[in-house]
Amino acid sequence: MLHIKCPHCGMRSQNEFSYGGDATVKRPELNKEISDQDWDNFVYNRKSLRGKHLELWQHLSGCRQWIKVERDTSTHEIFKTMKANGDVS
Amino acid sequence: MQKYSIFNLIKNAFSNHENWDLAWKDPTPKKEYDVVIIGGGGHGLATAYYLAKEHNITNVAILEKGWIGGGNVGRNTTIIRSNYMHDDNALFSEFGMDLWRRMSQDLNYNVMFSPRGIINLAHSDAQMNTYARRGNSMRLNGIDAELLSREQVKEIIPMADFSENVRFPIFGGLMQPSAGTARHDAVAWGYARQADSMGVDIIQNCEVTGFDISGGKIEGVRTSRGDIKAKKIGLCVAGSTNILADKLNMTLPVETHLLQACVSEPVKPVLDKVVTFGAGHFYISQSDKGEMVMGGDLDGYNSYAQRGNLPTLQHVLTEGIAMMPFLSKLKMLRTWGGIMDMSMDGSPIIDKTHIEGLYLNCGWCYGGFKATPASGWTFAHTIAQDRVHKLNAGYSLNRFNTGYLLDEKGLGTKTWIS
Repeated sequence: MLHIKCPHCGMRSQNEFSYGGDATVKRPELNKEISDQDWDNFVYNRKSLRGKHLELWQHLSGCRQWIKVERDTSTHEIFKTMKANGDVS
Repeated sequence: MQKYSIFNLIKNAFSNHENWDLAWKDPTPKKEYDVVIIGGGGHGLATAYYLAKEHNITNVAILEKGWIGGGNVGRNTTIIRSNYMHDDNALFSEFGMDLWRRMSQDLNYNVMFSPRGIINLAHSDAQMNTYARRGNSMRLNGIDAELLSREQVKEIIPMADFSENVRFPIFGGLMQPSAGTARHDAVAWGYARQADSMGVDIIQNCEVTGFDISGGKIEGVRTSRGDIKAKKIGLCVAGSTNILADKLNMTLPVETHLLQACVSEPVKPVLDKVVTFGAGHFYISQSDKGEMVMGGDLDGYNSYAQRGNLPTLQHVLTEGIAMMPFLSKLKMLRTWGGIMDMSMDGSPIIDKTHIEGLYLNCGWCYGGFKATPASGWTFAHTIAQDRVHKLNAGYSLNRFNTGYLLDEKGLGTKTWIS
């Protein structure tokens, strides 16, 4: 079981969180020309590598805030957790 | 190659079975091959076998990082079925069913194919309607499907919970009588043995570390056992797809996740069908040894761990006990995990790539094992002819760009949601 330190609530069990995927994916800016490739990269294409992975989680059964977690996809070690805007706490 | 037969069995009994040939050799990699298949799992082995058998291409190497049978081909829950609604999935899988039926004879290896039937349980009127629609679609594609009433289901699997006051009462189910199971290790060993006998080099403990590409054309691979030149390379590495794609500077519509399975202690025969729970994600069958073989959801976050977490296992087995309460009395014998290549629409990719001579086979999600023969057959065709077969035309890589998705479950791009 993972133990995730919510930046708002402190250390909590994985059971209180739901997963939100790769946090490095950025929606294309709508005010400029967007290629099909940009949309593909946003909607479908993922690196999903072994090792450090910055990802979104939502503290669903807690404060309901979205947070960012840096975790190793092979060992599940959590290096750091941040608020959604990147602040540490 | 020695044929496996009753006569050879008797003959070898006189020498205490000590003089059987090895099932496949352990060759040193050559400097160059016509085709290199990366990944010695079920799909890679089947691809090499059909390259030799159907296309007469035998100067082939299979490069396997670990050992034959050590990956997902030995980690799945052995279910074989073709109960799909969309034409592309249905016709591809049903083509595979034909190959499954002939596989033991074809490979001269008993893969213990057991067409015992699969039942998907329905737990509401709405679900019965969608099953009726799927069953009708299957029958239009020539696949057997039967819509079962609650009473019919009760007759077949009386050990399921048919009481009235449960959270998810059983309304009925959809059965594909010709679906079933097979011994997964035997599938890997059977394909490996036949491919080897036709001249394919099976090279184990050989990790691919890079690719040689020149002018948009593949020229070879760099491996832990030296550089190997190849005119064509097939990528068939399931849970390692993202890692090798990164070495090729490709980003694919695939994420890597962990799926668990487990078996109970062996018990006397009680369940002679594959059954799936319709109100969640849980499937069960009974092995020939008597173990209840069970599986369900992904662990829920990107993972390469090859072993699972307890909350997911608990969640999956809670569904199992809701469906068949007697399971709560069984002891767990073994749990394990495998790394899945989860595609963004739940359907696989078997296609050419933008690099000439490089072919891609990935995105099998929950359903890789049953696709083993059809995947190998169509991938071999795609590599040998340098064009896709009509059976895998729907499994194109650019469908994510053109919008022709094959979203069988309608889940969207959150691959970890099941």
